[in-house]
Amino acid sequence: MLTFIAKRMIQSVLVMIAVGLITFALLRFVGDPISNMVGQDTSTAEREELKEALGLNDPFVIQFANFAKNAVKGEFGLSYTLRVPVSQLLSERIPATLELSILSALLALFIGMPMGIYTAIHKDSWLTKLFLSSSLVGVSLPTFLIGILLILLFGVMFRWLPTFGRGEVVDLGWWSTGLLTWSGIKSLILPTITLAIFQLTLIMRLVRAEMLEVLRTDYIKFGRARGLSMKSIHYRHALKNTLIPVITITGLQLGSIIAFALITESVFQWPGMGLLFIQAIGNADVPIMAAYLVLIAFIFVAINLLVDILYVVLDPRLRTTVGD
Amino acid sequence: MKNIKTYLSTVAITAMLAMPASAETFKFAYQGDAQGLDPHSLNETFTLGLLGSVYEGLTKYNSNLELQPALATSWETTSPTTWKIALRKGVKFHNGNDFNADDVIFSWQRSLTEGSDQKVRGGMITGIEKTDDHNIIVTTAGPLPVIMQEMTFLYIMDKEWSEANGAAESGNVKNVNDPGYATSNANGTGPFSIVERQPGVRTIMERFDGYWDTDIPSNVTRVEFTPVKEAATRVAALISEQLDLVYPVPVQDWSRLDDAAGVRPLAGPEARTIFLGMDQARDELLHSSVKGKNPFKDIRVRQAFAHAINLDVIDEKVMRGAATPTGLMVAPQINGFVSAMNTPYAYDPAKSKALLTEAGYGDGFTVTMDCPNNRYVNDEKICQAVTSLLAKVGITVDLLAQPKAKYFGKVLAQGGYDTSFYLLGWTPGSIDAHNVYQNLLSCQNADKKLGAFNLGNYCNARITEITDLIGSETDQAKRQALIEEGFKLVQDEVGYLPLHQQPLSWGASDRVTVSQRADNVLDLRTVVIGK
Repeated sequence: MLTFIAKRMIQSVLVMIAVGLITFALLRFVGDPISNMVGQDTSTAEREELKEALGLNDPFVIQFANFAKNAVKGEFGLSYTLRVPVSQLLSERIPATLELSILSALLALFIGMPMGIYTAIHKDSWLTKLFLSSSLVGVSLPTFLIGILLILLFGVMFRWLPTFGRGEVVDLGWWSTGLLTWSGIKSLILPTITLAIFQLTLIMRLVRAEMLEVLRTDYIKFGRARGLSMKSIHYRHALKNTLIPVITITGLQLGSIIAFALITESVFQWPGMGLLFIQAIGNADVPIMAAYLVLIAFIFVAINLLVDILYVVLDPRLRTTVGD
Repeated sequence: MKNIKTYLSTVAITAMLAMPASAETFKFAYQGDAQGLDPHSLNETFTLGLLGSVYEGLTKYNSNLELQPALATSWETTSPTTWKIALRKGVKFHNGNDFNADDVIFSWQRSLTEGSDQKVRGGMITGIEKTDDHNIIVTTAGPLPVIMQEMTFLYIMDKEWSEANGAAESGNVKNVNDPGYATSNANGTGPFSIVERQPGVRTIMERFDGYWDTDIPSNVTRVEFTPVKEAATRVAALISEQLDLVYPVPVQDWSRLDDAAGVRPLAGPEARTIFLGMDQARDELLHSSVKGKNPFKDIRVRQAFAHAINLDVIDEKVMRGAATPTGLMVAPQINGFVSAMNTPYAYDPAKSKALLTEAGYGDGFTVTMDCPNNRYVNDEKICQAVTSLLAKVGITVDLLAQPKAKYFGKVLAQGGYDTSFYLLGWTPGSIDAHNVYQNLLSCQNADKKLGAFNLGNYCNARITEITDLIGSETDQAKRQALIEEGFKLVQDEVGYLPLHQQPLSWGASDRVTVSQRADNVLDLRTVVIGK
């Protein structure tokens, strides 16, 4: 068991190095940051000097080595355009992104699951057909469009909800939350729905498919033969077995919710990490981009590692095969 | 006892209710954020424009970009290279310190420190001598008629405050460990002081009670500035009355603002001229089907291009009639502009074809055009229109439209001027034609810092000479004659293809009145909130 975990940890480190390398190689093609850092009257010689001072003229290997050395220490330098340490920017923005992502994941889970169960049990009801066809919209419409539509409807037409920013936030130590003020909660509604819709439809369809599968198995038939109530069969026996893969997928999806929050964040001017990243792309703000990509990779790797370890802990069959 | 309590709370509530009557909050959004609060570390319009409500220079521009006294009350030349400047008395910084000559000298010296991006402005001055606390004598290396214009954006900081906080030198982007105290803190003499700032998220300002100019129209007591990146989000927030003013608004959204209740588009010509440039220096174009020679060296080809591009079509189809087609490289707001010379080249495709045939390109040729796609108003669409207009006379344009970070990295000096045909926009920071001569019209000369943005190196020795002359000529009539002589040369030789002045495009709530400055600066002094 310990060897297994150690092996996975080493693999994770290798993945992180590879991601760092690829990220860094790609960032060489985002354009020239210099023209965004100086005014139009700044002389060519000074621009060249700045480029040199930032190490942009160094060979790739040296640039990467410097980057990796600092990244391990959690230092990503100063943002080229916002002129604030990137680590400070990220730590300011993480609460906004996590709050939005976790709420969206919960929303997707607590609405998607009942919908999935319902559509599996009542295969032919009109509500099932409605759920299934409208879920197609959720899967196929781009997040950007859903966000804009929600803004037009609830922000511009009905004027019920704020359409940008976080509203008033309350600082709890280093964490800032919008959940403790009325304007903060109102500001969360539209972005949370926008971000949740895709995951919600995904979970619904997943639960439905799993549940249908389980309902076809022998032990359900025996249960019915024994005369158990349908309620007990559906919710006690079938649902439990449905949930194992659903929880796995949902856990893994949390990583992609955090990563793909950037579109939702930019539509709603949500001051999270994704928005920071998108703004950085426009300005070729390399330190922010590099730090964000490495951080996202780290979140993915950490979640995967955790899931792998949990599997071994939870499933005794895996333990015997990987134990040695 | 109970009654007293009730009475007291009634008083408290009345007092609270009374406050908002005089408190006006102004909320606005722009597409990006200021790049730090240090007034010297970046010479960029939006950053300096926003800081212009917090800091001030010796002079300022009014709504029509006319020069006005600010921290200086009067100035005169005592010799061609010395200026006697009287400073305003009774001015206080936000922290309560008095403004005096030492602050001016300190700020000038600070603008020359390593991290400063204001070295060009600071460098115009060779010395400042303090006569007394409110009188100084400024010396320049040569005669410099535009010095007071240049001083509008060289903001004055408090010497004591800067030194006490370790900000005696300008914030430096090269220093990866320390952005500098003044990058996130501010202490100016302007009408608003910064009370909160979260970079990229929001900046809150409050009215400074001790502001010297009690005549400014603004009744705003609190300002909330939010950068909002997506244009659609910006416009929606304005229409739904969450914001009072947003800019820029996409030109195509004007009709939406017209139709919505309580908001209006604010449009006007910007002082920015959009133009096309051609590589006239290399013996063979870098990106073209023509090998062994450079077609743009032939004046007939440049004329053919000029007559093939229909500025009215670009204005009507791409800019929705909001642009101002132009024949000059400077806008009407710029000192040196001559309206008599502002006629664009006539649209005449037949003449264009004839000229191309005469030059030996009857079958046309292919050339790559560099274009930014997120820098100017509808920049990529303008380039597409140019592409199709040129196709009509047989020129095939390969359009390479890229985000500004990629575009500028390629076409500017640090990319080795890697372009054959490009679109660029220019607003002279000094609001004077000399800046255009210096950067765009004179021949490239890195040592003399000339022609740095003359990407195609259009070169006429006389124009370089004129650049030098108008830099120091103090006789306005003589100077104007020189400026016009140069403009005529550029037009006759088709050195550039000016397209238009792009429109300013703001959106505002009906309860807000504001002056829209042609350099796209929002001056909070002019913002008045009605009922």
